[in-house]
Amino acid sequence: MTRVRAEILSTRRLGAYQSLTLVAPEIAERAKPGQFVAVAMPGDRDFLLRRHLTIHQSSRRGGWAGTLEFVVDPAAGPGTAWLSDLGAHGFLDVIGPLGTSFSYPKRLTNCLLIGQGRSVAGLYFLAQELVARGKRVDMVIGGTTLDAVFKPIEAKRLSQLVTVVTDDGTLGETGTVIEAVVPALERAPIEVVYAAGKVPLLSAVGEICRSRKLPAQVAVEERMGCGYGLCGTCAVPIASKDGATWGHVRACVDGPVFNPARVVWERWRAAGTAAVAEDAQ
Amino acid sequence: MTTRTRSIGVDLAGIALATPVLIASGCAGTGTELNGLVELRRVGGIVSRTITVEARDGSPPPRIVESPAGVVWDTGLQNPGVDAFVATELPALAATPPSVFVSIAGGTLEEYVRIVGVLQGRAGVSAIEVHLSGPDRELERPVLGVHVDRVTEVVGAVARMSLVPVFAKLPGGVDVVPLAVAAARAGASGLTLCASPPALAIDAAATRPALGAVGGWLSGPALKPMTLRAVAEVHRALPRMPLVASGGIRTATDAVEAMLAGASAVQVGTATLVDPAATVTIAKGIVAELQRRALGSPADLRGAVAIIGSPAPVHQGQGA
Repeated sequence: MTRVRAEILSTRRLGAYQSLTLVAPEIAERAKPGQFVAVAMPGDRDFLLRRHLTIHQSSRRGGWAGTLEFVVDPAAGPGTAWLSDLGAHGFLDVIGPLGTSFSYPKRLTNCLLIGQGRSVAGLYFLAQELVARGKRVDMVIGGTTLDAVFKPIEAKRLSQLVTVVTDDGTLGETGTVIEAVVPALERAPIEVVYAAGKVPLLSAVGEICRSRKLPAQVAVEERMGCGYGLCGTCAVPIASKDGATWGHVRACVDGPVFNPARVVWERWRAAGTAAVAEDAQ
Repeated sequence: MTTRTRSIGVDLAGIALATPVLIASGCAGTGTELNGLVELRRVGGIVSRTITVEARDGSPPPRIVESPAGVVWDTGLQNPGVDAFVATELPALAATPPSVFVSIAGGTLEEYVRIVGVLQGRAGVSAIEVHLSGPDRELERPVLGVHVDRVTEVVGAVARMSLVPVFAKLPGGVDVVPLAVAAARAGASGLTLCASPPALAIDAAATRPALGAVGGWLSGPALKPMTLRAVAEVHRALPRMPLVASGGIRTATDAVEAMLAGASAVQVGTATLVDPAATVTIAKGIVAELQRRALGSPADLRGAVAIIGSPAPVHQGQGA
């Protein structure tokens, strides 16, 4: 992990999202799929925390060696809106690469990658690395509407079979990513599953993979304070190896990539709702 | 011609610190996470995350949300318990160059005493910081440290047992002077002013509290004026007591203001999460300010802005 002052090489609109490419060779050389960077906000605003952004692309070879790309949703909040409005040649204070990365299967070949909305961005980096290792990649990607599906053409380029779903049917099939997972598993001899996104999607993927005895890895998203292990706020409930006990680990340094079979999804899903119930007595 | 290097080192209740800028409790991980992000020998001190007798799972997520110029958070004091702490985290912390203050909390007097017993004589513990903002299970009060009787009992017991200096971290958002006087009489070597005040964040879109723990604590730059007032009032009441300002210190200017109000040192929490090298940047800025004022040591800034003569504070609606 390194802290650098990185120049913005380019920034472009991709549907509902904004993609920023930085010159950051120290980070790009070591970045692996699933990892993220922590980007500092300007010092003169009233929002403070770094933004934690999954690495979408990391170029270690070729003409653009040493560059790093991440994707933000301008509508997500003031920090991502600020990042979206920046022009090229400005500088950002960036720490990375952070967190754990997806591991690649040694013997198994057929991989299914599943993601929703902006979370799909990190899966292309993974797909490239899998394809480079001779693996077969299928994808299920989705969004609320056409604009919110991230790079569907890139998905087609990298995968054998792609399922695209939108809530309103403006692109691909009408429906949710969760509904599209089982058909995708039945259409091809999938051996390994990867997913990125929020708790409802990841817990559903975890349950499907558990019942079908498929190895899986998921990249979680939890609110972080720092991103490098200092504050202990990005808590994820994880079961012990024997399943007898559980404890909170940090998404930033112990994750964000976890085996979904070890995540205590019921506890995580209940966290917010339990708070309301207890408070409403 | 050589320029005399101004010493940024300070003596805090008998502890020699490399700089008067410490990392606040809960903002330095378990002792190894900051490697490579900051030159640790330039950090004045590290306050450990708060340790309890038994391990704590901590609060359900989410544990942090932003608020204007601040964060609302609650970790539920997640920690491995004092025995695991001294076996694993303390050696890692002790191996770093900064002085280590161990933050401790309990729900009963006995729990505080037991933790101090375990920490007694451990290598690498420069001081103990007593967290007093949690619930009091013995007397069934929501916040232990807002009552003079319990501050006297708990700080007194810890101070009598401890072989190293004891700092009482007083609750935030309350009338702190009587608590400070009680802690001083009970034998505290210094005071940390203050803990994060209680706060609430609401997720309007989801119509529920934003944090898994429901209630939380406010940290960040929004707190600085509260910290300055607490430090100034306590310094007026207890001019010789070493005070550590904590809450809203982000820049060297913030740190200098805290010293002018009466602090001997400062702690940097939220700013460390955003900028892991904040403690070092602040210490450098203090040196520049000493140079500008032709002063020899940070101690020379202390209490230069006295609030003697200002109207006595009116205490209303004490938050906790």
